Amino acid sequence: MASRKEGTGSSAASSSSTTGAAGKGKGKGGSGDSAVKQVQIDGLVVLKIIKHYQEEGQGTEVVQGVLLGLVVEDRLEITNCFPFPQHTEDDADFDEVQYQMEMMRSLRHVNIDHLHVGWYQSTYYGSFVTRALLDSQFSYQHAIEESVVLIYDPIKTAQGSLSLKAYRLTPKLMEVCKEKDFSPEALKKGNITFEHMFEEVPIVIKNSHLINVLMWELEKKSAVADKHELLSLASSNHLGKTLQLLMDRVDEMRNTSKQQQQKHQYQQRRQQENMQRQSRGEPPLPEEDLSKLFKPHQPPARMDSLLIAGQINTYCQNIKEFTAQNLGKLFMAQALQEYNN
Amino acid sequence: MATPAVPASAPPATPASAPAPAPASASAPAPSPAPAPAPSPAPASSSDPAAAAATTAAPGQTPASAPAPAQTPAQSLSGPALPGPFPGGRVVRLHPVILASIVDSYERRNEGAARVIGTLLGTVDKHSVEVTNCFSVPHNESEDEVAVDMEFAKNMYELHKKVSPNELILGWYATGHDITEHSVLIHEYYSREAPNPIHLTVDTSLQNGRMSIKAYVSTLMGVPGRTMGVMFTPLTVKYTYYDTERIGVDLIMKTCFSPNRVIGLSSDLQQVGGASARIQDALSTVLQYAEDVLSGKVSADNTVGRFLMSLVNQVPKIVPEDFETMLNSNINDLLMVTYLANLTQSQIALNEKLVNL
Repeated sequence: MASRKEGTGSSAASSSSTTGAAGKGKGKGGSGDSAVKQVQIDGLVVLKIIKHYQEEGQGTEVVQGVLLGLVVEDRLEITNCFPFPQHTEDDADFDEVQYQMEMMRSLRHVNIDHLHVGWYQSTYYGSFVTRALLDSQFSYQHAIEESVVLIYDPIKTAQGSLSLKAYRLTPKLMEVCKEKDFSPEALKKGNITFEHMFEEVPIVIKNSHLINVLMWELEKKSAVADKHELLSLASSNHLGKTLQLLMDRVDEMRNTSKQQQQKHQYQQRRQQENMQRQSRGEPPLPEEDLSKLFKPHQPPARMDSLLIAGQINTYCQNIKEFTAQNLGKLFMAQALQEYNN
Repeated sequence: MATPAVPASAPPATPASAPAPAPASASAPAPSPAPAPAPSPAPASSSDPAAAAATTAAPGQTPASAPAPAQTPAQSLSGPALPGPFPGGRVVRLHPVILASIVDSYERRNEGAARVIGTLLGTVDKHSVEVTNCFSVPHNESEDEVAVDMEFAKNMYELHKKVSPNELILGWYATGHDITEHSVLIHEYYSREAPNPIHLTVDTSLQNGRMSIKAYVSTLMGVPGRTMGVMFTPLTVKYTYYDTERIGVDLIMKTCFSPNRVIGLSSDLQQVGGASARIQDALSTVLQYAEDVLSGKVSADNTVGRFLMSLVNQVPKIVPEDFETMLNSNINDLLMVTYLANLTQSQIALNEKLVNL
C-alpha cells in the first residue's frame, strides 16, 4: 500500500478551513440545501493540478492542494487552486495553517476568489478510499456544505484521457461521522453500505472566451502531439498493477478471519493428542479454556471493512473501464488486419 | 502593504554610472536592432525626461541614440548566440498553464486598470529558459508614475518556494500589446531580483485579431560613455508540454467548439472513438498530400517522402493465424479480468448483506 504522509497536512488544512470559512461568508445561494449537482471547473485549475503533480509528485506520494471558488445555486464553481507543500520531516516549525492563510490573503489582493471550496489529491492507480481521506473530507464538508474532493489520477491521464473525479460524502455517512460513532450497530442503523459512502458528482469544464482565444493561438503555434497513448495496445502493465492492488485488498479483508482458523487448528491438535493418550492409557489432558489461550476474537472494525470494500469496488470499476477500452481497441485492430488481408 | 512610487528620472541615470561592461555590451547589440519600431520610442522617451531632469545627460544624447536603432536591419534571430548578458540563450519555453494564469488574472483586474503585471518563475538551463509558474502582482499605473507592490511579490515568491524550491524569479509579464515607458521602470525593479530578467507580453486586447505572445530581454544601447538607453530585443518563444499537460490541453480545447463553452468528461469508449477520429483526420491529410504530389499540384519533398515510407513500413505484417491467436488470447485475458471484477463486486455486496443481518 502506498505510503501516506498527508495525515497531519490534511488535518491542518481542514482545521484552517474551519477558521477560514467562519470568517468569510459563503458564496451566493449556498445555504440550506447541501446537494451539489454539478461541479464546474475552469480550464486553468485542470492545468495547475496537472502541473503540480508533474513537478512534485513523482513516486507514490500523494500531492494535495486547495480549491478556491464559489457556489452558484446547485453548482460548485472552482475557479482557482494552489498547491500545498508536501509534509517533510525536517519542517517541524512549518506552519501549514499560516501558509494557507497567507496564500489566501495574497490571492484576495489580486481578486482571485478566496473562498475555500474543497481540496484535491492525486492518487496511485485509484487507491484513495482511506480513513485519512474520509476524515479530511468530513471536516471540510462539515465546515463548508458544498465542498468536494477532486481525485486526479495521473497514471490514467498519461494513458490518454484526463481522469478527474469529484467526490462528496453522502448525507448518511455525514450523520454517522458527526456522531463519531463507528461501531457496527450505528453503521447498521444508518444502513450504510460501501456503495453509499461516497457519491460522485459530475464534472464539466468551462472556459471563458479569452481563454478560448488563447487555446486557438496555442493550437496554431504548437507542434502536433506525436504521442497517441490512448490508442496504444500495450497496456497490460497497468492491468497487472491494478490487479495486484486488488488482490492485496482482498487479502486484507480476509485477514480478519485468520484468528478463527488458528483456533480451529489448535482444537484439532488437542483432540488428536487426547486420542493418542487414550490409546496409550494415559489420562487425557485437561480441557483448557480456549478463551484464555486466544484473546477474545474482536469483530473487525466495521468502518475499516467498509473502507476496504469501497476501495475494492473502485478498483473493480477501474478495471472494467479499462477492459472495455482495450476490447474496443483490439476489435479495431482486428478489423484493420482483416482489411489488409 | 508598501507601494513604493518611483521617480521617473532614476533609470537613465543608473546606466550612465554602470561599470566597464556597459560599453562592451553596447557595441554588441548595436548591429541587431530588429524590433526597430516598437522599442525605439520607449528609450527615446525615457531619455527625454532624463534630459529635462538629470544633470549628467547631454542634450546631444537624443540624436546620438537615434541613429543606433536606425542602423542595419539585420535579423536578430540569425547568427551565433550573443555572448554576455542573457544567461540561457535565446529560447524561452512556456508552459500553457502560465498563459492561462495570465489571461485569468487579466480577466480579474481591478476597475480602471488597463493591464496587469506579474512575476514569472521557472528554471534556467544552458540553452533555454523554462517558465513553469507565475503569479500576478498588484500595481497602480497612471500617466506619470507607476507603483508596484514589491513586498507582495516577495511574499508570494517565498510561499511559492515552499512548494517548489527549484523555481527562480525569471522575469515578469504584462498584458497589453506594446511596451510602454513604465515597462522600462518595472523592468528595472525586476533586474534587482533576477539577473537579466525576461519580459513577456500577452496581447489580450487582440490587436490584429490575434493574441500575440512575445518575450523580450533588455539590452543597453546608445553611444558608450553617454547616457544609455534600454532596448528590448525579442526572443523566440516555444511552447513545451508535459505529456499529461498535452492531454489536458487537448481536452480543454474542446470547449472552443461547444456553444456554451462547457464540456463534460467523456466515458471510456467515447475517448477511443475520439482518438481514432483524430488519427483518421491526420491520415486523410497525408493522403491528400500524396494525391497532390501525384497529380503534380505540389512538388515532391524527399524528407516527407521518407517519413511516409517509414510510416507505411511500420504497420507490422503478421501471418493471419498468428494474429488470430494473439488477438484471441488478449481478448480472453480481458474477458476473464472483467468476469473476476464482476465476481468480486457481487461478493462484497453479498458480504454487506450478510454482515448487516
